[in-house]
Amino acid sequence: MNPLLAQLLSKGRFRLSVGILLLVVAFAVLGPMLDTRNPLFAVGGRYDPPSANAILGTDVIGNDVFLQLMHGLGTSLKIGLIAGLVATAIGVLIGTLAGFLGGVVDEILMGLTNVVITIPTIVILILLSVALESRTLVSLALIIGVTSWPWTARAIRAQTASLRVREHVDVARLSGAGTFSIILWEILPYMFSYIFMAFVLQLASAILSEAALSLLGLGPDNTISLGKMLQFAIQGEAIRTGAYWAFLPPTLLLTVISFALLLLQSSLDEVFNPRLRRA
Amino acid sequence: MKSLLEVEALGRTFGSGKRTLQAVKGVTFSLAPGEIVAVVGESGSGKSTLARLILRLLSPTQGQMRLEGRDVFRIPLRAYWRMVQAVFQDPYSSFNQFYSVRRLLQKSLGLLGPLSSQEREARIRTALQSVGLEPEGILGKYPHQLSGGQRQRVMIARAIMLRPRLLITDEPTSALDASLRATVLNLLKDLRQEQGTSIIFITHDIGQAYYLSDRILVMHQGEVVEEGPVERVVEQSQHPYTKRLLSDVPRFHG
Repeated sequence: MNPLLAQLLSKGRFRLSVGILLLVVAFAVLGPMLDTRNPLFAVGGRYDPPSANAILGTDVIGNDVFLQLMHGLGTSLKIGLIAGLVATAIGVLIGTLAGFLGGVVDEILMGLTNVVITIPTIVILILLSVALESRTLVSLALIIGVTSWPWTARAIRAQTASLRVREHVDVARLSGAGTFSIILWEILPYMFSYIFMAFVLQLASAILSEAALSLLGLGPDNTISLGKMLQFAIQGEAIRTGAYWAFLPPTLLLTVISFALLLLQSSLDEVFNPRLRRA
Repeated sequence: MKSLLEVEALGRTFGSGKRTLQAVKGVTFSLAPGEIVAVVGESGSGKSTLARLILRLLSPTQGQMRLEGRDVFRIPLRAYWRMVQAVFQDPYSSFNQFYSVRRLLQKSLGLLGPLSSQEREARIRTALQSVGLEPEGILGKYPHQLSGGQRQRVMIARAIMLRPRLLITDEPTSALDASLRATVLNLLKDLRQEQGTSIIFITHDIGQAYYLSDRILVMHQGEVVEEGPVERVVEQSQHPYTKRLLSDVPRFHG
């Protein structure tokens, strides 16, 4: 077996985080297959406590919280996945070009990066929610992705700048390879683990961004997500009325997902970054 | 004899304002076809920067170069690299760890334009055999499966395969065991003998320069401080820096 993989599998933190994530994904994917009821359809009254009818009770309009949790988790994961991929892709593109080309290109791209860092996602979202007819899952994910790439771009730029002075890059240039070919074949393979770790962090932060934006009423329309569950709970005064089952499950689920993703990232970091390796 | 490469007042400055560093200052020399010139100096003397300038991996801030009488900077890069190739110091970092020897050599052959697959295969095999490597055993291997000496020989094979007019070797033996150094030096000698390749041999070891080269340039703080035929420089060195370099060579007899 690959020695890095063996090393990863021997780490308790890695196994724990992957185990949690598999359970979470299975809940989101298999749950709706086994229980095909519509989560946006009322099954009881306002804040019915957990019972045999609805094992996690009902929310403010009588929807089944457990059913909403399964579907909401799916939406949150999809948004996280799309936003994470978009942010990582833009970050890698900008970071490698800036780091590899240097000079004026570097200054322009890093200037752009710093400008984007200073624009809060919420401002863009409020502006877009005014402009757009409806916010879909995809448009929300794209907005999160397009505003959260700068940290990845900075990190990738630093990595690229240190990789481009290696001799194998000179050998590739002397063999006639162009800029894009060198970035693709000589630089990116060396950063693969690093990019994957950046993606894991982007995924975690995108899921939390969705929750934050939905909480403010800027979530996706006509669907349920973990953030929207929290929004309904707060608007429906679940906290004041003591309907803990309406807000605790999505909160705990969000906490568990972020915890597992950060744990995964740190265990990957320890294996791929030899300086962090413990004796 | 008409010279292959003429370097005139070549210089490179790094940084700007107060924090400038002139790594190479006004270097002038010429190289005849089939000649081996050693550039000797300690680390920081600018010899590797000079190599990168001649290879056009770095652009100079001053000076000119001519290859076979043509202005070097008017030659398209790919065409230039068909004539001028290099072997670098570190046979570990010269390899992309993700690719096999076959892929490395195939990619480099791309420089020569379209070739039939038989022609490619033949070139690769001949080059590997000429550095004493068995193509069957080595082509499918990845860098981590090769020893330091094998890696450096693959790198030399890569350069030989392209049949350059000029080969620049930047400390090609410094990462190798003493027993392998002679092998590499002899390979370079054979290359000049068989293909008439000119070689710029960059080293900090004046002993190796003496063994291999026809002429020596001594570099110190970016400048050529002494130049001449090997025997003259070694036996009647004039510049104090050259004398110091010579005194660092361990003597076993005499």
